Amino acid sequence: MNTAAMQPSDEAELAEAIRAATGPLRVVGGGTRPVGRPVSGAALSTAALSGIRLYEPGALTLVAGAGTPLDEVEAALAAEGQRLPFEPMDHRGLMATDGAPTIGGVVAANASGPRRVQAGACRDSLIGVRFVDGAGNVIRNGGRVMKNVTGYDLVKLMAGSWGTLGVLSEVAFKVLPAPEAATTLALEGLAPEAALAAMAAALGSPYEVNGAAHLPDGRTVLRLEGFAASVAYRGGALAAHLAEYGAASRIEGAESAALWRAVRDVATFHGQAGDVWRVSTRPSDAPGLAAKAGGRALYDWGGGLLWLLVAEGTDLRAALGPFAGHAVLVRAPEAVRARIAPFPPEPAPVAALTAGLRRRFDPRGVLNPGLME
Amino acid sequence: MDMPKPNPAILGKRARVIARLQAALDPTAVIHDPAETRAYECDALTAYRCPPLAVVLPSTTAEVAAVLQACHEEGVPVVPRGSGTSLAGGAMPTADSVILGVARLREVLAIDLENRAIRVQAGITNLAVTQAVESDGFFYAPDPSSQLACAISGNIAMNSGGAHCLKYGVTTNNLLGVTMVLMDGTVVELGGPFMDAGGLDLLGVVCGSEGQLGVVTEAWLRILPKPEGARPVLIGFNSNEVAGACVSDIIKAGVLPVAIEFMDRPCIRATEDFAGAGYPDCEALLIVEVEGSGAEIDEQLGLIRQIAAKHDPVEFRESGSEAESARIWLGRKSAFGAMGQLGDYICLDGTIPVSELPLVLRRIAELAEGYGLAVANVFHAGDGNMHPLILFDANKPGDLEKAEELGADILRLCVEVGGCLTGEHGVGIEKRDLMNVQYSQEDLEAQMRVKDVFDPRWLLNPAKVFPLASSDTRRSAA
Repeated sequence: MNTAAMQPSDEAELAEAIRAATGPLRVVGGGTRPVGRPVSGAALSTAALSGIRLYEPGALTLVAGAGTPLDEVEAALAAEGQRLPFEPMDHRGLMATDGAPTIGGVVAANASGPRRVQAGACRDSLIGVRFVDGAGNVIRNGGRVMKNVTGYDLVKLMAGSWGTLGVLSEVAFKVLPAPEAATTLALEGLAPEAALAAMAAALGSPYEVNGAAHLPDGRTVLRLEGFAASVAYRGGALAAHLAEYGAASRIEGAESAALWRAVRDVATFHGQAGDVWRVSTRPSDAPGLAAKAGGRALYDWGGGLLWLLVAEGTDLRAALGPFAGHAVLVRAPEAVRARIAPFPPEPAPVAALTAGLRRRFDPRGVLNPGLME
Repeated sequence: MDMPKPNPAILGKRARVIARLQAALDPTAVIHDPAETRAYECDALTAYRCPPLAVVLPSTTAEVAAVLQACHEEGVPVVPRGSGTSLAGGAMPTADSVILGVARLREVLAIDLENRAIRVQAGITNLAVTQAVESDGFFYAPDPSSQLACAISGNIAMNSGGAHCLKYGVTTNNLLGVTMVLMDGTVVELGGPFMDAGGLDLLGVVCGSEGQLGVVTEAWLRILPKPEGARPVLIGFNSNEVAGACVSDIIKAGVLPVAIEFMDRPCIRATEDFAGAGYPDCEALLIVEVEGSGAEIDEQLGLIRQIAAKHDPVEFRESGSEAESARIWLGRKSAFGAMGQLGDYICLDGTIPVSELPLVLRRIAELAEGYGLAVANVFHAGDGNMHPLILFDANKPGDLEKAEELGADILRLCVEVGGCLTGEHGVGIEKRDLMNVQYSQEDLEAQMRVKDVFDPRWLLNPAKVFPLASSDTRRSAA
């Protein structure tokens, strides 16, 4: 369908490619997250805008070209005992894609994993961007320092904009030290309402829980990270705090890491037939929403993020009715994504703001047109 | 500091504008007597003053919408105001503008402990948010030093930080949603009691937009469980460089203190004279605070002691009690008051990469010497957010201007080493004309395009953030 992708080798070439575009462009990072309305157009790849430009472990900052493979970023951080705080989701298993996720793609998707509950989302760690807008202007916002209120925060606007306002050329992050130790507490057999209450009790405790999920197999899992002695202490204290929900078993080491990778990547729905929806809501509303949806549910973020597997073509928004939050159709055949808007429709005044921003950042409508509509 | 000339057409219809405001809300909520509007002539940037045309103090979102709609129809600029604690002149009016104060919007609307969120009216003070939930073991994390007085609306406008944001982030990381009124009176809801945006992250760009995109009337905020305990340690050094290197090593070691505060010799001296906290006589000191259970605190402080020992500290004072903790914080918390005793000062707010601390402190001293002015440094070292305090004498002609020039040079230096003009105070009018140092015209255009969408006629707080020359065309089109 598409011929070989345009692959500008630097930001100036990227700007030139966008200025020269005469029709829609399909912006591609690693190509591992085909979310949203299908976009047809000439492929524009960021793959050659690659490489770590600056990494200062003592200042907890890293700057990289948008096309840098995520693996390369994570390996560089690991070598210094640091990591991206927000635990970006790898969509490949869920979306049945291959290729190498890029750091720019992570930002475009605002991909954030279980640690969102404590360390924030991708957008919270992102401290600077460079991008080219739809008119070919090169724009810089934020920088490489972690406290910066100089002018408007377009960094947040770019995170999760799926390449529709501009094509990222460079991204800068605040990073954090990787912990010395981690442990997972598991509670068995709680009904969703009880699981939500247990997770709320855990996240409302002073024990710094940084993962809280309720799995389709009935387990409710809670993660602690930090210095070894501290993790040991908090593990005991948290188990006592949650005694009314049953005795917590422990999952340690590689098994714990694998479990949270599986939560992060929604492994339980990999290869399963049906559409996958991602519902962001008030945690305590999640069990009710899951019941209305039917199908299978994975609760992450203490219930604030609900992954649902439902029959293909289900209009989940109609089934859920109005609620505090929104539902995004993440995985479905193209025909379904053409019929059911993958991104939630916005109330008219908000939709007008969104449309206004799109018109100004992409006046010709060439950047992933329609993807978020 | 230049401000645009007031629009004579607006001044000419003053009575009509006031009548429309009185019709839009409870007439007692409209202040127009010049003796009373003077109370609103400036914020905490007191060097610049100008009484507004009128002041309105609405009590509901609907009243805010009615006021904005009336001003929009009349083409009158509106300057939103929280508690007026901006150090950047963010709430400074012009003579042809209406101040919209949110001081009467201060209710707690909902406390949702189960979901760790609170919904408040935006005029509530920062500290009152924590007070509403602390008996249940929760707190609201951003803690600007004006937290007793400053309003959440102002925190959202400026994306305020505080001493503890090294661990907990700034306002934008703790803001879940807002109810906001656009300049034409349209009410929008952005975000809510959930953790991300379904479409474009409009909430993210509203936070920190300095009251130029809309007037926030209500907010959903994230609240956090209080830690079991917290304890500071005070470490003294014989040079700024060594103290800076120690900060970097602590961060690299994997300890994540809630705060790392830095004071240099001039500041230590001033606060000792003022507060007598018993600080050592040294070139630089750090206050590092860690959290957790007693044993966890001991472990972290032990690690910090090991790291500090490599830097040959002249003092390492670990707090052993509440009283000792209070004493360690006493000097830091009195620093601004202490400097005020010495004379007038300008407080800067640039941020730099932590690795550049030693260089920047040295260059600041050299610049200050060149101007013949004294500078004291007290700041959040963990995240590189500096607060150089430039001392001057307001009664000496030309001294303020000289201090401002030195301030501008220091901020240029911050940008030069990879930092920024403002870490938590905002641009306002104070740093407006330095924006070109950090951003290209294209960068600023991109930001102004956002304002074009939210406020096409540029009536909301129009003379702030962007250099007047850059925003002139847009403002005069209004």
